[in-house]
Amino acid sequence: METRHLTCICCPIGCQLEVKMENGEVISVTGNNCPRGAAYGRKEVTDPTRIVTSSVRVSGSVTGAKAVSCKTAGDIPKGKIFDAIRDIADVIVPAPVHIGDVVKANVADTGVDMVATKEVI
Amino acid sequence: MKEVDIVIIGGGPAGLAAAVSAYDAGVRSILILERDKELGGILNQCIHNGFGLHTFKEELTGPEYAQRFADQVRERSIAYKLNTMVLEISRDKVVTAMNREDGLFDIQAKAVVLAMGCRERSRGALNIPGFRPAGVYSAGTAQQLVNIEGYMPGREVVILGSGDIGLIMARRMTLEGAKVKAVAELMPYSGGLKRNIVQCLDDFGIPLLLSHTVVDIHGKERVTGVTIAEVDGNLKPIPGTEAFYSCDTLLLSCGLLPENELSRAMGVEMNRATNGPVVNESLETSVSGVFAAGNVLHVHDLVDYVSEEAGAAGRAAAEYVRSGGEHSGGHEIPVATEGGPRYTVPCTIGPQKVGETLTLRFRVGSVMKDRFVSVYLDDERVTRRKRQVMAPGEMEEVKLTRTMFDKHPDLQRITVKVEEA
Repeated sequence: METRHLTCICCPIGCQLEVKMENGEVISVTGNNCPRGAAYGRKEVTDPTRIVTSSVRVSGSVTGAKAVSCKTAGDIPKGKIFDAIRDIADVIVPAPVHIGDVVKANVADTGVDMVATKEVI
Repeated sequence: MKEVDIVIIGGGPAGLAAAVSAYDAGVRSILILERDKELGGILNQCIHNGFGLHTFKEELTGPEYAQRFADQVRERSIAYKLNTMVLEISRDKVVTAMNREDGLFDIQAKAVVLAMGCRERSRGALNIPGFRPAGVYSAGTAQQLVNIEGYMPGREVVILGSGDIGLIMARRMTLEGAKVKAVAELMPYSGGLKRNIVQCLDDFGIPLLLSHTVVDIHGKERVTGVTIAEVDGNLKPIPGTEAFYSCDTLLLSCGLLPENELSRAMGVEMNRATNGPVVNESLETSVSGVFAAGNVLHVHDLVDYVSEEAGAAGRAAAEYVRSGGEHSGGHEIPVATEGGPRYTVPCTIGPQKVGETLTLRFRVGSVMKDRFVSVYLDDERVTRRKRQVMAPGEMEEVKLTRTMFDKHPDLQRITVKVEEA
């Protein structure tokens, strides 16, 4: 049996998790204070994912804004973080941009959209 | 002179939440003065996620969190002025400010909420020897350059200090193609949140050097490298442990200082542990009718707590306006601490003025494990909570209720104790 020690990243408490595994299967997660922690522990050892935040360039903003912040609308595989960042490197979105607008659909073929997180006029 | 019931100094998370709660408590004459070109304060450059779990029960990025509160301000048609610098506040609450449209102007306020936030400790305050080359930035300045202006400040980076902004910038610079060689932390523990160590350093294999500091900055025109040494138990560099790190950029994430020039100039009594004003249970400073909330009062770890605290300050300011200040000041008991808390906010409590609930916030001075946080009213323990781990980087809170105080009509002492389990 294999035991992995993790720090939960679901919230600022940062619970110390102990995940017990056998033959690649999770047997138990302990140390968590909430169900989100248990789910994180399971996922982190089998299929780790992250929300990725970044920014892309904006054109034509009346306030002179040069960039608009963005995030993946959901988790993407940890191994795809850099692919996602590369995929939006050349994106330029025309103002106005609203929170939730898709700035790059299906970023890095993850099936998840990159969406704006700021209002730019 | 123009008259306003409540003037709020600063349009960041604290100022916005204070304005909304003061409005909802019935005050209509409110003015927010903000020096930046938009509302939201530092949240605008904090593009990472993790904000709002307490307030909105979902994880938002900084700009999204700011937008929620800015929307609430606009829905209520609360007045604000941008690009406006407050220069002075007099003890009788005349606010002197300036901007390009109005020039220099005075406003007579009935109540003032201080919500100016904080700023980063600079290289000058850290006394790092060496030349003064380009390439030394505070982590927040680098964050502004990358996230707002769209510039990369450097390619090979060392970060001194493991505050959350430094950790967040280690990840951000890495994602944008820089090589972050190390994060050096003077203390034997990180000043940042555990989750940020994991998702900003561990995820990218960036080493965290605890009990290490930068002892020399190399380069004359541009940074060419830094020397990092291990420190002993007295935080003094240990000779022989120096190591050279080649880099073109040094980011500093070495603590935040509440920005209280205005408060000091108007004679507000300050707390030496927080560098913020001394406040009572209503978050009122030593100057009657002047309230404080957010990072100008004490540096917070989570914006959710800033919003909550500022909401309380806004309501207290509204009550001050409504009653003409008749409950201001009065008999107040200083909050004593034992066993760990470096300070508490509020610092004093007027038992007769406590509302339904009262939140006491504090930080401990060192990492502590398996403790109880207890509050005593005279000799009675009124609350006790187990804490597995407490660290200086994370804020603690205890909630007190009106009922607890009602049982102690002749209350003399209030004590927050951290006790061994």
